[in-house]
Amino acid sequence: MLSELSPVERRDLRLLIEEFNTAYARVLDEQNVESWPDFFTEDGFYRVTARENAQEDLPVGLVWCEGRAMMRDRAVAIRSTMVFAPRYLRHFNSNVAVLGIDEAGHILSESNYLVLETLMEDETRILQAGMYRDRFERVGDSLLLSARDCIYDSLLIPNDMVFPV
Amino acid sequence: MDDVRTGISDDGELRWPAEGLTHIPDWLYTSEEIYARERERIFLGDCWNFVALEAELPEPGRFKRSYVGDVPVIVSRGDDGDINVFENRCAHRGLEFCRVPRGKTSEFICPYHQWTYDLTGRLMAVPFRRGDRGKGGMPADFDMADHGPKRFNTAIRHGVIFASLSDRVEPLEDYLGPETCEHFDAVFAKGKLRILGYYRNRLNGNWKLYHENLKDPYHATLLHVFLATFKLMVAGQKSAMITDATGRHATAASARDDDLEVDAKTAEEMKSAWRDGLTLEDAKFMEFIPEFDSPWTVTMQTIWPNLIVQRELNTLGIRHIVPRGPNALDMYWTMFGYEDDNEEITNHRLRQGNLMGPSGYLGVDDNEAIRFLQDGLRRSLPDRGIVMLDPGKEGDTDTLISEASIRSLYRHYRGVMGL
Repeated sequence: MLSELSPVERRDLRLLIEEFNTAYARVLDEQNVESWPDFFTEDGFYRVTARENAQEDLPVGLVWCEGRAMMRDRAVAIRSTMVFAPRYLRHFNSNVAVLGIDEAGHILSESNYLVLETLMEDETRILQAGMYRDRFERVGDSLLLSARDCIYDSLLIPNDMVFPV
Repeated sequence: MDDVRTGISDDGELRWPAEGLTHIPDWLYTSEEIYARERERIFLGDCWNFVALEAELPEPGRFKRSYVGDVPVIVSRGDDGDINVFENRCAHRGLEFCRVPRGKTSEFICPYHQWTYDLTGRLMAVPFRRGDRGKGGMPADFDMADHGPKRFNTAIRHGVIFASLSDRVEPLEDYLGPETCEHFDAVFAKGKLRILGYYRNRLNGNWKLYHENLKDPYHATLLHVFLATFKLMVAGQKSAMITDATGRHATAASARDDDLEVDAKTAEEMKSAWRDGLTLEDAKFMEFIPEFDSPWTVTMQTIWPNLIVQRELNTLGIRHIVPRGPNALDMYWTMFGYEDDNEEITNHRLRQGNLMGPSGYLGVDDNEAIRFLQDGLRRSLPDRGIVMLDPGKEGDTDTLISEASIRSLYRHYRGVMGL
């Protein structure tokens, strides 16, 4: 059961989440992958999966991180082990819909995201269009993600997805 | 003068370089003419092509869109429980009529003029066949039995469905050969599969490069820093490239040795692929839980012409290669576990999935390298590549520093292609 929110409460939460997502997108635009796990709780969950999997309730993830430690390992892998051509990434987030607050006090929300990717000699292309299905924990005046499910419509990934979205 | 180096003669004819299998001409990966011949002689020739897993079609009426080479097909389970594979093309005007990736139905109806097919691909109904009020309609001698999508022969091994247009292709077991069957069965005879999900990506490279990449153990220790640094594969560990008698299929196998020390000489040879001192905070995702009837912790099978079977520790999947012209391929991934898996092992497989796929610690490297490779072949001055490692050898090898399996593949390929 989700608790009812007044219009003012809903608006305040939406602004809080929009600020959170703006900071999140800026970190990923900078490819500052080392700071990315800081947006999550210590045992936060992160998955990127195709919409066809979400629709059929299939669990697989392109990226599957249980907790910040696994996210930091992904950051190490990207920074120090993975081989890829240089690229620019630009993240856009919009249409934040606050769904409510669950019994544990977590804020549930959904929003759209878009990631543009530019390789040095190619035209800018859409790397991914999708939606975040989020569960936030309130920590003082700010938020941390206890779960972010990134569900992408762009089923055919152009080559690969190096960085988290 | 004919160019003996690039294998392109003055009259434009493509001839393999005189040095033989150690030299692969660039045009093999970029020519439309070669691509068209591959379609005819390989994918639509005497080959068994992967099309689906039975676990995706658990009961009558279930179907899936798939491909044989680049030809769209429908795979369905009929009312009798049998598997059917037929072209996704209406016998009337040629529409690719089935647009849903997977589903359940009792019949397929082409939306354009409502021509209707049963689950086996047989034409069942043509609206207004006898015309309307005595006018129009099909010719009186039009027989629906003579019209329908092209049907493929099917063969199934432990729940893996293959299709062929050829009536001369050998039985699937003989086609795969005993070496391939042994490692294939370690994955598929173990139990009924449970599908964990799908992903798809487009690689800007020729489809053969994906086979070569997995028949090339040399790159594994050098491109994949993650693999080497975290000792999933290092020169000196027990490994094998097991190639079937024809040369077309191969199994890249390795056995992890956590106690293996990387000596100074190996580390120096590996150059930047060796990052001493890197550690993982949460290394449990790389644990191997023994569950297979096999001495190997990892087997990667290339099954000609369009299937990769991935058993990377406990993360399992197949990759279906769909060629998209000479310069691109689509990779359709299906990840799975077993029906009797408990939640713990399922989660372990999902965690370990971080290694592979379009965002995998190893997957990204391969996709990028294949793109760089295609760029070089496509854009530089025409030339040829060399595959000389492990001189004189073809077939099986027990060293990672070998290209023998690539040469075996091209001996087979040249025979089929008349090159």
